[in-house]
Amino acid sequence: MVEAIAFYVFGGLSVLTALLVIFQRDPVRSAIYLVACFIQVAALFVLLRSPFLAAVQVFVYVGAVVVLFLFVIMVLELKKERFSEYIHRGQRPWALFIIPALIGEVGYLAVKGKSKASLGPYSEEFLVKQGSTESLGKVLFTKYIFPFEVVSLLLLVALMGAIILTMKRGKE
Amino acid sequence: MITLYHYLVLSCILFAIGVAGVLLRRNILIVLMSLELVFNSVNISLAAFSHFLQSMAGKVFVVFTITVAAAEVAVGLAILVVIFRQKKTVYVEDLSEMRH
Amino acid sequence: MSIWLLLLIPLIATTTITLITRRHKDLSSYISIGAVVLCFIISIKPILYFLRNPHAEPLEQSFTWLNIPGLYVEIGTLLDPLSVLMLFIVTFVGSLIHIYSRGYMHGDPGYSRFFACLSLFIFAMLGIVLANNFIQMFIFWELVGLASYLLIGYYFEKPSAADAAKKAFLVNRVGDFGFILGIFVIFYATGTFNFLAIEKQIEAGNVGDWTLLLAALLIFCGVVGKSAQFPLHVWLPDAMEGPTPVSALIHAATMVAAGVYLLARTAFLYHAAPPEAAMVVAYIGGFTALLAATIALAQSDIKRVIAYSTLASLGYMVMAMGVGGVSAGMLYLTTHAFFKALLFLAAGSVIHALHTNDIWKMGGLYRKMKITGSTFGIGALAMIGVFPFSGFFAKDEILVATLASGNYVLFIGGIITAFLIAIFMSKLVFVTFFGEERYEGHPHESPPVMTVPLIILAFFAAVSGFVALPGLEPNFSTYIDGHVEGGEGGHFVAILSTLVVLAGILVAWLIYQRGFVRAEVIANHCHPLYRVLENRFYIDDFYDRVIVERIYNGIGRAFNFTEIHIIIGFFVNGSAFITREIGKALRLLTTGRLQEYALLMVGGVVILLFFFIFG
Repeated sequence: MVEAIAFYVFGGLSVLTALLVIFQRDPVRSAIYLVACFIQVAALFVLLRSPFLAAVQVFVYVGAVVVLFLFVIMVLELKKERFSEYIHRGQRPWALFIIPALIGEVGYLAVKGKSKASLGPYSEEFLVKQGSTESLGKVLFTKYIFPFEVVSLLLLVALMGAIILTMKRGKE
Repeated sequence: MITLYHYLVLSCILFAIGVAGVLLRRNILIVLMSLELVFNSVNISLAAFSHFLQSMAGKVFVVFTITVAAAEVAVGLAILVVIFRQKKTVYVEDLSEMRH
Repeated sequence: MSIWLLLLIPLIATTTITLITRRHKDLSSYISIGAVVLCFIISIKPILYFLRNPHAEPLEQSFTWLNIPGLYVEIGTLLDPLSVLMLFIVTFVGSLIHIYSRGYMHGDPGYSRFFACLSLFIFAMLGIVLANNFIQMFIFWELVGLASYLLIGYYFEKPSAADAAKKAFLVNRVGDFGFILGIFVIFYATGTFNFLAIEKQIEAGNVGDWTLLLAALLIFCGVVGKSAQFPLHVWLPDAMEGPTPVSALIHAATMVAAGVYLLARTAFLYHAAPPEAAMVVAYIGGFTALLAATIALAQSDIKRVIAYSTLASLGYMVMAMGVGGVSAGMLYLTTHAFFKALLFLAAGSVIHALHTNDIWKMGGLYRKMKITGSTFGIGALAMIGVFPFSGFFAKDEILVATLASGNYVLFIGGIITAFLIAIFMSKLVFVTFFGEERYEGHPHESPPVMTVPLIILAFFAAVSGFVALPGLEPNFSTYIDGHVEGGEGGHFVAILSTLVVLAGILVAWLIYQRGFVRAEVIANHCHPLYRVLENRFYIDDFYDRVIVERIYNGIGRAFNFTEIHIIIGFFVNGSAFITREIGKALRLLTTGRLQEYALLMVGGVVILLFFFIFG
């Protein structure tokens, strides 16, 4: 019961903040609402018994990504946009048709879809006994070690790419 | 009782909001933020599947997704900065070099 | 085995010249001459064999080319007295003309090309002669047409030569169309292409009268085209645009005689078919002879006069075939090959010296060119048919055969033709070699490489008729037919034709030598008739105005319309239009705007999901 109330509160807030993100004319405000939304999602992760993911969500998204966004907004000195400009008007009629269709179709699939997958070994009792973060770490560094390495390499490459792209060449 | 389907519907709504942002906003910075919303909706559904199917794979993939999203934001913002230096604009429709 | 060499050697010669030795003119000519002389040497053996055994069975060699159920095609050779005779004519006259060409074509830029074409022609002609079935004969029949086309158009930079080549090729197509249809009729009726097998089937009475008539007439179409019979005779005079040795070899001695050879080869068909078929052949031949002889009276180009005399001779031969005188026709073919080649080569010698074809710009040449003049005279006498020259025997046999068959109209036509031939051939001799000197420059006798073949040909033109003497065993008709033809009224015909040709010579002598009646006066008195003759009965103009302009151009316009509006307008431009319009439509999607691409992508996802859910 408590869980249901929590889901509806966090879920509703996340939807609300997400809508605010995309309908704010001031990019700084968008970024702030994005933080709010990410925190709601982190709370949902907690509801899903994944405290580690919630922590990562807060660290990476709130601590790194949104900060990066804000940083860029300040560097580029972006101001609040005029009302007539911030929406792409040519896209609007199409989007108004496509978005509800998308929600309808995906929602239909989500509600009507039947999962045929068998339940795995990581039951709630098991996670309480073994510790959910510990179990995640074990799986991550054994079964998924290769994708993990690939992703870490990808992150490294992205870092270098970002640095190289933003370097001012030939100006010194 | 909150089931998998509740989470999936929530994920679906967030996904649609993200897509709406990508399609509608002119500011490429907000477009990138909307993409983050899309990532998050996917993360929610992955974590939900993982929780309700008692599997670990979904959570592992949430970790990967977050990492890739971080990388994507880093590169995307870097490109944005470079573009802004040259064109002095952040509006998507002004960037139509790909047509030529 | 050696028979196949006859085909192989000229083929090797022509490919060698074309591909390898084209730059070396002398070498090319030696290869070509060597090839044809070698062929002559090889063909001596079968000639002697059949001379010793005139009643020997035909020798046939063949191998399978195509064997599918219901269709058996072979490549083979058939040696019998007939084909061996042709073999002798083609290789012997061919050798002499090849040698002569070395002198005549000297210094010509296309020297090697000329000899390559000559070798190609020899190859094709021997293919016709040796063929043992219709398909092979038809293939080589078309090949001689090709060689003829190439050689008529040898001076292709001259528009008249190119046009003449095209004309010859196209007119021959008309005849060959009938020929191949005839072959199909025969095959339909008998199930084979082989001459001997067809003959057996027809003798066994397996083929109906109407089928035989149809086949005979259709095959005769091929003869009409190749042997230049009316109404397809128009290409032969124009073919004189080619070099003179070509006129001698192809358009007098051998290729045009191929039609007559075909008639002799398929004589069994005309025997078995209803008599109407043979009648059509005989009357077409007789009419062609008369027509050509009258036209020749008003021509002043030395080669054209000889060309029309060739038409008259071919008409004679075809007439002989039509009235059943196969050996008479073949005798004429043989002697004609000698004297007509001789006439052309001698005329070529004159042209070589004077660089003109107009007989009114010659005259009195005998004093300067004794060998050419005397050999030309021998050739003319043989052509006219004066005893004892070869043409006399041949013409006599044809007239006897005509009379024996009871076709008095044809007989009278033949006599008149002989009279006309006597007039214009004598005129040619008198105007060209005697009388006042109207030429410019200093003509001199041709080199030995040209005169020696002339002398050899003159010898044969003079004496080759004696092979038909009745007392000889074997003589010509027993050699070809296996029996002596009944010579009813032989003496009467001989005396009559001699009187007629002497009268003709006398007339020509009076007009052109003594000036008893001036030629211009006759021309003026009979002005309309003269104009008609000069314009060749307007047959060429008729073809030009009606066939070419009305029918051919009409078809051309129809095709042009189809081409422009349907092929180009609809298919070509239509598909281009559709592609362009689709491109224009699709280009609207390629805006370069990121969000429109994203919109399309999400729209695509929505559509795919729609089909995924409801599909």
